[in-house]
Amino acid sequence: MSLLEVRNLHAGVQGNAILEGINLRVEKGEIHAIMGPNGSGKSTFAGVLAGREAYVVTEGEVTYQGKDLLALSPEERAREGLFLAFQYPVEIPGVTNMYFLKAALNAIRKHRNLEELDAMEFLALVRQKMKIIDFDQSLLNRPVNEGFSGGEKKRNEIFQMAVLDPTLAILDETDSGLDIDALRIVAEGVNKLRSPENAVVVVTHYQRLLNYIVPDFVHVLIDGKIVKSGGKELALVLEEKGYDWIRTESGAVPALAQEAGPK
Amino acid sequence: MNAQAETREWYTGRFTRFEEGLNGASGSSLHALRRDGFAAFAASGFPTTDQEEWRFTSVAPIAATQFTPVLAYDQSGVTEGDLHDWILARTGGILLVFINGHFSRALSPEPALPRGVTAGSLAVALAGDPSLVARYFAPDRAGEDPFASLNTAFLIDGAFVRVDPGVTLDTPVEILSLSTSVGAPLLVQPRHLIIAGERARVVVVESYGGRGRGTCLTNAVTQIVVGDGGVVEHDKLQMENQDSFHVGTTRVSLGREAKFTSNTINLGGALIRNNVSARFAGEHAECTLNGLSVATGTQLVDNHTVIDHAVPHCESHELYKSVLDGSARGVFNGKIFVRQDAQKTDAKQTNKTLLLSDDATIDTKPQLEIFADDVKCTHGATVGQLDEEQVFYLRARGIGDTEARDLLTFAFATDVINRVHLDALREKLDALLHTRLRQGRVTLET
Repeated sequence: MSLLEVRNLHAGVQGNAILEGINLRVEKGEIHAIMGPNGSGKSTFAGVLAGREAYVVTEGEVTYQGKDLLALSPEERAREGLFLAFQYPVEIPGVTNMYFLKAALNAIRKHRNLEELDAMEFLALVRQKMKIIDFDQSLLNRPVNEGFSGGEKKRNEIFQMAVLDPTLAILDETDSGLDIDALRIVAEGVNKLRSPENAVVVVTHYQRLLNYIVPDFVHVLIDGKIVKSGGKELALVLEEKGYDWIRTESGAVPALAQEAGPK
Repeated sequence: MNAQAETREWYTGRFTRFEEGLNGASGSSLHALRRDGFAAFAASGFPTTDQEEWRFTSVAPIAATQFTPVLAYDQSGVTEGDLHDWILARTGGILLVFINGHFSRALSPEPALPRGVTAGSLAVALAGDPSLVARYFAPDRAGEDPFASLNTAFLIDGAFVRVDPGVTLDTPVEILSLSTSVGAPLLVQPRHLIIAGERARVVVVESYGGRGRGTCLTNAVTQIVVGDGGVVEHDKLQMENQDSFHVGTTRVSLGREAKFTSNTINLGGALIRNNVSARFAGEHAECTLNGLSVATGTQLVDNHTVIDHAVPHCESHELYKSVLDGSARGVFNGKIFVRQDAQKTDAKQTNKTLLLSDDATIDTKPQLEIFADDVKCTHGATVGQLDEEQVFYLRARGIGDTEARDLLTFAFATDVINRVHLDALREKLDALLHTRLRQGRVTLET
């Protein structure tokens, strides 16, 4: 049984089709990169997997650990070990990072019939995880993401991932808005969290994050379909040649022609 | 006979009976004040929605009920054990308990009052010093609305707190008013007078609770005088039962370099109207008015505030928040006057409302009247629902939908509670708010 199996997934927003038949299989221990130009459906795919209600699935199915993922609420997916690192982490005034993470972790533990952690146990866990991502302790007692820099927000996502210890992590454009130092720290954090028991799907526009998080598989998403899959070397080719050659090769309509063509 | 005449006749009857029981004290300056108050009330009657100040709040249910003023103390079966739900834990402070507006010697622990501090019954204070009437009550009559006049008409008792110049009271003074309506609707009218001398410091917690489920109108007036350089925090906590009406008038005067903070927290009652007004009497003073209202069902909570910048170089900050669920209604009206002489005024007003249901409504009206030209005045009002992106973020981390919504609602409200300086009160408010929000949700679902 695969960890994640996506079959012929079609989804969209308010009648506009965005994903038009995605197939993907992810096993434990693997890192997959999904690359594609702007507007190709990358974030939609990440959002559908995490359970964003705005997206409507019109066809296809997704199984996660043998369960029908699409039948689960976002919180049930999280409790089953799915984690989405947001492209734009949300600010939540009035709720401290500590309180938020403890509530999240205990909701997950409760779901798995584990004892909830008390304040002391939680603090010990948090201290240990902070080292992995070099997370500043002062950010713990501040409201979630409020007033954080772009880099701090992304680092907070990976810190949450470290604490919640997901089985499948989806990183949605985690590299966007990061300078090279922050990018390295975030990537190192992800690498440290890697194990034979979990898997990571990295959604990105650029190849540079993949210098640090080396994928086992690279998939190219164009116009809502995975048009090409390959090993890590595929990312380097994309970096060099852009996406248009794949459009041509795969028979997808070139971007310019598509924009100029009849509606 | 029309409704207003009926009202007048009913309260005239109550007032006459009151006078008959005064036993020779009807010639006092206090009673002259009461007569003035009654005359004003009899002339105006209860306000109607035709009046600008009452446009959004109909007090017709109050006008239609024949409330009986409570003229004398009766413990009404309240025991010390009944107080625990309402009082703060372990403050080490002074507790003054009032039953239906009258001081309860039996239920108020004998306080060890520090030097320079008076805290007890206003009736006792007035008996010892009748000049309080001329010094504090008579000058205040000018700004009375009909409810305040009705309170003046039956002015008998309340809390009297005086902190002498230079004295700091480290522990809070807690004024707890309990109403015990069971049969005929009661009119409960405490009158509190709080005087902080020059450089004196005091925290006063004014709480309202109810025992039993009968109809009751609490019509309270609190007068606070902060002397030059004085620092006063006034926390008002309204927790009466769902059949209660509450009209509260708080009038504050700030001396030079005085600091005053008011936190008004409304959690109970059917119809609540708070009038909080502060007037700067000396320069370089600072006034902060905060409010939090949590309402559901058919509750109506109306907060009217007035800050009068009568002199230059004063600062005021105002933050009022409401969380409205069910078919609850909220009203906020914030007046800020900046008089012609009041240059270098710095005034900031914020009103934020969270609507948790489609049927909840808020009428909000900032009202800035500025007659000086070198001033800084800002105001802002927002009305909104929970941010679905925030809800999704919490859910995507495993927190359930209901818990996520509660957490965000709590975070919105707690912003006001965090401004309360007293630890014991903050903890109590946190706990009350958790319970209150849970109740609100149950109401919504059924």
